[in-house]
Amino acid sequence: MGATAKKRTNRRKKASLIISHLVLIIIALTMLTPFIWMVLASFKSLEEVEQLRPLPSIWHPENYAQVFQQVAFARYYFNSVFVAIWVTVLTCFTSSMAAFAFSRLKWKHRDTIFKLYLGTMMIPGVVTMIPNYTLMVKLHMLDSFTGLILPAAFTAFGVFLLRQFMMSIPPALDEAATIDGASFWQIFVEIILPLSRAGIVTLAIFTFLGTYGSFYWPLILVKSQHLRTLPIGMLYFDSAYGRQTNLIMAASVMNIVPLIAIFVAGQKFLVKGIQLGAVKG
Amino acid sequence: MNPNYSQNADTTSTTGVTAILSRIMRVKARKTQLLSALGFLTPNFIGFLIFTAGPVLFSLVIAFSNWNLQRTVTFQWVGFDNFVHLFHDQQFWVYMVNTGYFLIGIPVSIAGSLALAILLNQNLKGMTIYRTLFYLPSFTAGVALMILWKNLYNPEFGPINAVIEEVSRVLQLGIHGPQWLISTRNLLGIDVEQVRLVIQQWGLGARDAIIIMGIWTAIGGSNMLLYIAALTNLPEELVEAAQLDGAGKWQVFKNVTWPQLAPTTFFIVVMSFIGGLQGGFEQARVMTNGGPAGTTTTISYYIYTKAFEQFQIGYASAVSWVLFAIIFAITLVNWKLGNKEVSY
Repeated sequence: MGATAKKRTNRRKKASLIISHLVLIIIALTMLTPFIWMVLASFKSLEEVEQLRPLPSIWHPENYAQVFQQVAFARYYFNSVFVAIWVTVLTCFTSSMAAFAFSRLKWKHRDTIFKLYLGTMMIPGVVTMIPNYTLMVKLHMLDSFTGLILPAAFTAFGVFLLRQFMMSIPPALDEAATIDGASFWQIFVEIILPLSRAGIVTLAIFTFLGTYGSFYWPLILVKSQHLRTLPIGMLYFDSAYGRQTNLIMAASVMNIVPLIAIFVAGQKFLVKGIQLGAVKG
Repeated sequence: MNPNYSQNADTTSTTGVTAILSRIMRVKARKTQLLSALGFLTPNFIGFLIFTAGPVLFSLVIAFSNWNLQRTVTFQWVGFDNFVHLFHDQQFWVYMVNTGYFLIGIPVSIAGSLALAILLNQNLKGMTIYRTLFYLPSFTAGVALMILWKNLYNPEFGPINAVIEEVSRVLQLGIHGPQWLISTRNLLGIDVEQVRLVIQQWGLGARDAIIIMGIWTAIGGSNMLLYIAALTNLPEELVEAAQLDGAGKWQVFKNVTWPQLAPTTFFIVVMSFIGGLQGGFEQARVMTNGGPAGTTTTISYYIYTKAFEQFQIGYASAVSWVLFAIIFAITLVNWKLGNKEVSY
């Protein structure tokens, strides 16, 4: 290849690099602009929200304090986090045990039963939502923390995700332990659980996020104000004070800040987890 | 794979007592494994029976009843009445069309995710930062962001129309922003409360607003991450071989990348359809209450209003099973078409 030709391809490479960056920056801005508008609007006075001027002329951090005065926002926060932690702990506990049985133990029809389990993930949520609602009515769990937590804590998805992780652990490990006379419970607790830590963290993050943002079930289950979770609180805040855009935006910002914190902390696990979840079992 | 089976091959050569003994031990080991497996499964399985398997069967049974939680009518088994009523219900068909209309966003969003993944897969500086920013909307998706978009779309006070008006004023275009969430217009010109097309309804309206928001949310989400993973696993020799043969960028994409990505695309398409067909509930409840004139009411929002606002549990269960059947059928079709595509 001649020197001039080399130079030309180099220049072409540089040009395509710059174009790539330009396109990426434009897309990144498109993604960010709504968030920037939300944050700026949350610091504006009500009149200024409706103006095109991007920055507030006077910053109003007291908007945030006012949200707490108008609605029980602290209560919503607590409820959401409380429910999400319980669901996460229960899900990780039940899913890891079931995943162990589906991946490390050998029994007849194991994989067939697992596939049936998986198949239920295709059933639309509304199909089970209606009977579960009537079940809650019968059990007097309507409008209670138990009702918010229990039905959400047993998912086929968690079993699926952790099984994927556990399948990748070499079988020689638990065989050696069996020869040493370890019980299955010991193998589970001392070998498999520590080795599937990454999977459990991934499942924990997914479950926490899913429950924190969960809308449908709390919406139909919760009747009293003090049990409202954040999404439900936001909905009623919006319908009651929807004209106060600056306050609504302050509440929205507070709603997503914990999510961003979790994302920054758990990014490594999340990206892996999503990619693993798509690998056929 | 299974250590029991590999042992099996060794023991058959030995004869007599040892063979029988090892056989007994193996059966015993199997049994203890089965019992242990049951133990490990129990916590999850009990919950699964109570909150998933049981409810599925129960909902199928009550779909044949007129059960109403408000007890305004006496409970009765009504056979296929709910289903018959459903198929003669003009509203149901309108809401089916709405649900179908929202699927328009799926191919756009998938193509966008693929394009972003290809852009990000060039070993560029700042790749992680871009990826994080693209992922932000899908990560924070939910009621808060829907309320945000509701305000962005506000035709009088919202920033989107403010920008459109400003641009139009400066360039003297004389155009006005769409009415977004309060407009029944749409890009296909579907009539209000009728299953037919009329020119007056052509334009941008509530349904399109929700689709645009959906694309913004999903484009940099998990689909993009899946494509990035698939692209990094792409065998480099294939691309290099094609380039040596003088293939241009587009040809490499068409003949090498795209076929190699087929399993990923297949997975994404199947999951998007499953999600899309049962979607639209949150958007309708938070942003539009299903309006204007029912144009953003999807099947899932219809089920919600029937079950939890009018408490017609029996009828709502019937609708939810019809939705399930539709999802199942479309997944099967995807599967049939997809497997042909994937195998080449």
